Amino acid sequence: MHPIEVLGTYWQQFLTGAGITVALTGLSAILAAVIAPLLALVRVAGNRWAQWPLRLYISFMRGTPLLAQLFLVYYGAGQFRPTLEAWGLWSFFRDPFNCALLVFAVNSTAYQTEILRGGIQGVPPGEVEAARAVGMTRVQTLRRVVFPHAYRIAWPALGNEIILLMKASAIASVVTVFDIMGRTRQVFAKTFDFSAYLWAALLYLALTAIFIALWRLAEARLSRHIDARERGVGTEAVTRGAGA
Amino acid sequence: MTDLFAFGDTGWGDEILHGLLVTIELALVTLPVGLALGFLVAFAALSQNRALRTLGNGYTTVMRGIPEILTLFVVYNGLGMGLNAALSRLAPDAAPIDLSPFLAGVIALALVFAAFSAEVIRGAFNALDPGQVEAGRAIGMTPGKILRRIKLPQVWRFALPGLGNLWINMLKDTALVSVIALNDLMRMTKVAVGVTKQPFTFYLFACLLYWAMCVLSEQVLAQMERRANRGVRRV
Repeated sequence: MHPIEVLGTYWQQFLTGAGITVALTGLSAILAAVIAPLLALVRVAGNRWAQWPLRLYISFMRGTPLLAQLFLVYYGAGQFRPTLEAWGLWSFFRDPFNCALLVFAVNSTAYQTEILRGGIQGVPPGEVEAARAVGMTRVQTLRRVVFPHAYRIAWPALGNEIILLMKASAIASVVTVFDIMGRTRQVFAKTFDFSAYLWAALLYLALTAIFIALWRLAEARLSRHIDARERGVGTEAVTRGAGA
Repeated sequence: MTDLFAFGDTGWGDEILHGLLVTIELALVTLPVGLALGFLVAFAALSQNRALRTLGNGYTTVMRGIPEILTLFVVYNGLGMGLNAALSRLAPDAAPIDLSPFLAGVIALALVFAAFSAEVIRGAFNALDPGQVEAGRAIGMTPGKILRRIKLPQVWRFALPGLGNLWINMLKDTALVSVIALNDLMRMTKVAVGVTKQPFTFYLFACLLYWAMCVLSEQVLAQMERRANRGVRRV
């Protein structure tokens, strides 16, 4: 079969697969993004007893294969079936998409926590002192000073993490989630046509490229006041020159 | 509970140990192959030749952008098919080649490792102090000598933290090869699960083994970094 023919026949499969990949990556990244800042605060300012379970969790998530984590939850849930049924959670764990979503979110939370910790520690202490000096409360300081700057520092690394997560999400196909990789394996099993894999590779590359473009736009928006200040300095210089 | 992990016919200890050894073997064989390829790609990306540079940069961009498991399937299915197509044309009577899962795993993981390590190595070369190369040239060293005596020892030092991270990533990625039926730690765990019907216990055990390997790697890498930096003046 000609590669174009493969795409012509199976484009709907690839497209629905892409939808699942985006949904799986996006939802788990968002879930992780909600929890990670709280855990990052504990990593920065928590006491010893809050620190060590958190360190253990992050080390485990980073030190074991994602595939093993996925199997641990998806197949491992079967060992606790009676309990899970009693709690009404069995229908959740029976669905491979839910399990993949849970595992990816918990895994990405660990990585995002470490990235945000680096961001928070990168905020100059003078900014925090200044916020205290003008009488901001702790929460106000975090909301108005620490987090906006920490996110600007952490932004490129967070983008990298989400790209890695999207690539890693392909392993969900092993537990029968029909994402891009799952659909591709299906198409290959039907046609034995190698070009199915090439289209999948192109699709992943395209998604990555689109994501990078969107992430850069968001970065520009996050630091828009910095650009404005530079522009401001420029106009100021011009008016001064004109006044003199 | 301990019976499950006993050695011999009653428990799964020896099967899982065997799988663990396959995993370690796979990672150890992949490392030099991937590192050598990584140096080649880095040299291509740093070369004066524009075509080579495009090729090197193109390779790292594409390879880093596609999932590892996709690379594995492309190598396992695609390379096997390609070799057999070529073989049937050259020697129609020959028996078809069966690309072994181990070999496919080594090739796929090495291709991925090469792409990521090429970026680390390229960065390390760019971090070299150009004055030292000039000094080497001034006292009459040949380019080969400059590479061996001045560049490589320092590239090693600059690249070590990045390469260490890639080693740990690769060690974890070996689990993917179980999907194409290599009898590694992950696969042997699956076999044990199939018989004992205790998936959580066995997958947790596998996770703990991977975790131990990663933590051990981190310790060794920290030691290697200390050694690589022993001659450096602290500022």
